[in-house]
Amino acid sequence: MKLTFALMDAPFESERTTTFFRLLAIAAARGYDIGVFAYEGAVHFPFEQQTPHGNVVHDTDTAAENHPLPKEWVRELMAVAERAGGSIDWVNCGLCVDERGLTPAVAGTRRGTPADFLAMARASKNVLTIGTR
Amino acid sequence: MSDYLLIASRDPFTSPSTREVYELASALSERGHRVTLFLIENGVLAARGSADYGALREIAAAGVRVLADEFALRQRAIPAHALLTGVEAAGLELVIDALAAGAKTIWH
Repeated sequence: MKLTFALMDAPFESERTTTFFRLLAIAAARGYDIGVFAYEGAVHFPFEQQTPHGNVVHDTDTAAENHPLPKEWVRELMAVAERAGGSIDWVNCGLCVDERGLTPAVAGTRRGTPADFLAMARASKNVLTIGTR
Repeated sequence: MSDYLLIASRDPFTSPSTREVYELASALSERGHRVTLFLIENGVLAARGSADYGALREIAAAGVRVLADEFALRQRAIPAHALLTGVEAAGLELVIDALAAGAKTIWH
């Protein structure tokens, strides 16, 4: 079973990204093969140079703040899918990556184009596009 | 007859286009399709029994299955017993179930 998702929201800015990762977690745990086409702001998710930080407002250091990093979510969900017998083929829109200077990305993700989205969609049982507007 | 899952993530009070999703759900149901309207994120705000908003009641009465994401309800402190008659709480798994079953799924 393959399902494909498309997302364009950047991390930390919209509840849509939370929902997207909740959906991904369910599908990954079921061992589905999952295609993800991340474009526009969503290409930030697997950016490797994300770093955790403390928060002076919370009076916490880096360890205590335990700030969530989207790249870890991507990495962990890929591992969850693999353990369950599935996979996540995460494709970042290459133009969107270049515009934003977002390299390197989490190992196992790849850059691509809308043609990859089309190919994933054609190979999938179903597709969900989570539009920003 | 087809199965449709319409996902409404915005509340109709601040996003008027949500009304169009409701209308689409009703129109599809009237044409004999099996339609589920799944309220998620701020979309669940319209499902409060205390909200002075009749559109969801009308949709449910027209045969559309109206469900609200349990997680979004908890985040907004809306208990299941406070939902409009005809609206039930449900888990997000139903979206993956619908996709896996081949339902035509639209996000708004």
